[in-house]
This record gives sequence, C-alpha cells and structure tokens, in this order.
Amino acid sequence: MSTARWLFIGALLVLGAPAGADDSPRYFKGGAGTDVAAFVKENCLACHAVKPGDGASHSPAIRAELGPPLYYAGDKYREEWLLEWLQAPERIRPAGYYPPTHVRATPEGDVIDEASLVNHPVLDAKLAEEVARYLMTLTPYADRLAEEDYEPSTVPLRMARLDFRRFKGCVACHQDVKGEGGVSGPELYSAWSRLQPEFIVSFVRSPGQWNPGTMMPVLEMNDAAIHRLANYLKTIAEE
Amino acid sequence: MRILVMIVMLIAVAGSAMAQEGRLLYERYCVQCHGVEGTGKGINAPHMSVFPRDHTDRTEMMGRSDEELFRVIRNGGASINQSVLMPAWSHNLDDDQIHVLVRYLRELCCEEP
Ligand code: HEC
Ligand code: HEC
Ligand code: HEC
Repeated sequence: MSTARWLFIGALLVLGAPAGADDSPRYFKGGAGTDVAAFVKENCLACHAVKPGDGASHSPAIRAELGPPLYYAGDKYREEWLLEWLQAPERIRPAGYYPPTHVRATPEGDVIDEASLVNHPVLDAKLAEEVARYLMTLTPYADRLAEEDYEPSTVPLRMARLDFRRFKGCVACHQDVKGEGGVSGPELYSAWSRLQPEFIVSFVRSPGQWNPGTMMPVLEMNDAAIHRLANYLKTIAEE
Repeated sequence: MRILVMIVMLIAVAGSAMAQEGRLLYERYCVQCHGVEGTGKGINAPHMSVFPRDHTDRTEMMGRSDEELFRVIRNGGASINQSVLMPAWSHNLDDDQIHVLVRYLRELCCEEP
C-alpha cells in the first residue's frame, strides 16, 4: 500500500477514536533519564490547561476530553494522592470536567453519556512518582494558600451534613456520600484525601480566582462558615 | 435604502450572535440543574430537594419581569425567599452576561423557534 494511503487510514483512526471511546487506557512506563517536564508537555497538556482561561475557546469535541487545569497542581493536590491516582485513575467527576459535552436530554430528564467520558492514561509506579513530584512544583498561587488562617478540626456529623446539604446547597452539585448528591461537580467524599486543606478553603471562597470560567458558583458566606464546611469534608473522610 | 438594508442586516447578525452567547452561557452555568432543554430536568435535579424552574413554562415565566429574572440570576434564590439551591451568579457573570441570559430565557419560554 502506498504511504499516502497508510497516512489516510492513520488519520481516520486518529479522528475516529476519541480517547473517551476506546476502552483500554494508554499506559506509560517510566525509564532512566525521563525528562518529566517534556513528558507532561507531550502527553498531558493536550487535555489539561496550562494557563488561566485556557480551554474556554476550544471546540466541543476537544472540550469533551479536557480535564482540570494542572498548572497550579502543587497548590491543590496532596502528593500522596497524586502518586496513587496516576497509577490507578478513578473517576472523580461523574459527568466529566465539562458536563454539557457528556449529557443528553431524555423524556425522563438528562442522563450522562458514560461512553463519552475520558478513559484516563495510566502511569507505572516509577513514572507516577516522578510526575507527581514534578506537578507538586507547580505552585503559582502559594501566596494565596499562605494567607489562609485555617485550623482543621472534626465537627459533629449531623449538623455539618445538614449545613452542607440543606443550608448551603452544596449537595445540588456534589456527592458527600458515594451515590448521594449532584453529579456536575467533583465528588467531595474523597476531597480531603485529594486536596490540600487551605486549597479547599480558598477555592470555596473564590473559585473563579483559581479557575476563571469555573462552573462552581460562590455560595456567599464568611470564613467561619467556610471552615465549618471544610471541617465537614475532613470529618466524612475520617468517619 | 441600501444603508437601511445594511443596518437591518447588522442588527440581525448582532441579534443572532447574542442568542449564541446566551446559549453558551446557559450551557456552561445553568444546564447542570435546569437541563439541556431548559425544562428543569438537569443531571443534578434528581438529587435536589427543590426542583429547578422549568424555563420553558410560558405561564410561570411570563409571571416574572425581565428585572426580576435579572435579580434572581444575579443574587440567587435566597434573595427572593426561594431555595438556596438556585445560586447567585454575580461572581461568575457580569451584568452584561446576565442581561444576555435573561434574553435567552425569553427565547426559551416564549418565542417560537
Ligand atoms: C484524553 C485527555 C487526557 C489526557 C491525555 C490526560 N488527562 Fe488527566 N484528566 C483528564 C480528565 C477528563 C480528567 C478528569 C477525570 C475525572 O475527574 O474523573 C483528568 C484528571 C486528571 C487528574 C486528577 C485531577 C482532578 O482533580 O480530577 C490528574 C492529576 C491528571 N489528570 C493528570 C494527568 C497527567 C499527568 C497526564 C499525562 C500523563 C494526563 N492527566 C493526561 C483528561 C486527560
Ligand atoms: C452549581 C453547582 C455547584 C455548587 C452549588 C457547588 N459546587 Fe463546588 N464545584 C462545582 C464544580 C463544577 C466544581 C469543579 C470546578 C472546577 O474544577 O473549576 C466544584 C469544585 C469544588 C471543590 C474543589 C474540588 C476539586 O476536586 O477540584 C470544592 C472543595 C467544592 N467545589 C466545594 C463546594 C462546597 C463546599 C459547596 C457548597 C458551599 C459547593 N462546592 C457548591 C460545582 C458546584
Ligand atoms: C444548583 C442548581 C442550579 C443552577 C446551576 C441554576 N439554577 Fe436556577 N434554579 C434552581 C432551583 C432549585 C430553582 C427553583 C427555586 C425555587 O423554586 O425555590 C431555580 C430557579 C430559577 C429561576 C426562577 C426564579 C423565579 O423567579 O421563580 C430562574 C430564572 C433561574 N433559576 C435561572 C437560572 C440561570 C439563568 C442559571 C444559570 C446561570 C441557573 N438558574 C442555574 C437551581 C439552579
């Protein structure tokens, strides 16, 4: 077969196979002398924003593949969590990072098109360690976290749950118990093990400051109320 | 005459650009609860104790002035003694964008496609 024909078939395969559609995730192995920054640039940044506002102007097809920004990963995640998740990625956002590209209307109401969700690449232990360490060096907003004055503590579960669900309405978009709560936002029953405490507080106060164009609204409240909600996330994690 | 035609065309183009912007804003911020078709059946709706408003319900929606719609989007449900599950969007959207959304809601509820 001619090269041109091979190229044509190759292009068809690439175009016809969005990452969400094939069911075996890409698997990456580490090796001596891996240039981690280059690896991330080559293999991750097509789907993860590298600067504020990135991604907003993409076409729907590309938006459907997008994940959350990684350029402030070091201000956001816990390194232990990254290390594990990169080796065994599990879904955190039931309807993906940009739900409108993963839902469709039915007479009974909107449903999530599971097949359209991204099957995340997997890293081996060695590479995961290097990538996690690298991501933790991305800390453009460290000052913001340093300004937070938050002492985590546990709180009585029942009142705190009522607050999260009834009074503040977080449950409209987030699950605080697996299978209970809205699905447009990331699951929060795992938030405490995933996120740095100061990030939680800062993000809940002003999500748009972290991620311009975010779909998370500001639920206007004072710092004491935000701290109580963060404490709730800690409490459910340790239940 | 030719100028008049051009002006009319410009207005039509600007109008459809605005409708497009309204659709995109609604998709990003509102569809999660109010649904792809605006009928209040978004993916979050089954998990909510108060149902999101059906924005295609002509009678209900005609009972609200543009000004009232603007205020509830800007300041949230609690500001008009309705559910806190309808968030305030003033931190995510500027006033111009909220006006565009009000216009889009009018299309959804009350104008033939
Ligand atoms: C095909 C697109 C795609 C590629 C390529 C990709 N990601 Fe992702 N990534 C996503 C999506 C979508 C999510 C959200 C998953 C979820 O929440 O369920 C995600 C989530 C993540 C998360 C979890 C963060 C969070 O809050 O959800 C990390 C960390 C991450 N990706 C790192 C990487 C790294 C490192 C690479 C490169 C090896 C990479 N990703 C490549 C699409 C991609
Ligand atoms: C309208 C839906 C909605 C409501 C209501 C809402 N959130 Fe969110 N939330 C989101 C979305 C969507 C994200 C993902 C935002 C992003 O990545 O930019 C998010 C992200 C978060 C995160 C960061 C999680 C992560 O892994 O990145 C925390 C913490 C959070 N929300 C807490 C809360 C709390 C506490 C409340 C109630 C006071 C709340 N949210 C109300 C939609 C919502
Ligand atoms: C977290 C879920 C949620 C999101 C996201 C949301 N809404 Fe709502 N909305 C509701 C609920 C619930 C009600 C019904 C409140 C009630 O009846 O007490 C409502 C009611 C409304 C009403 C009717 C208020 C009235 O005067 O009766 C309007 C208008 C409205 N929403 C517009 C919007 C727009 C525009 C957006 C996007 C910018 C949006 N909503 C996003 C949950 C949501």
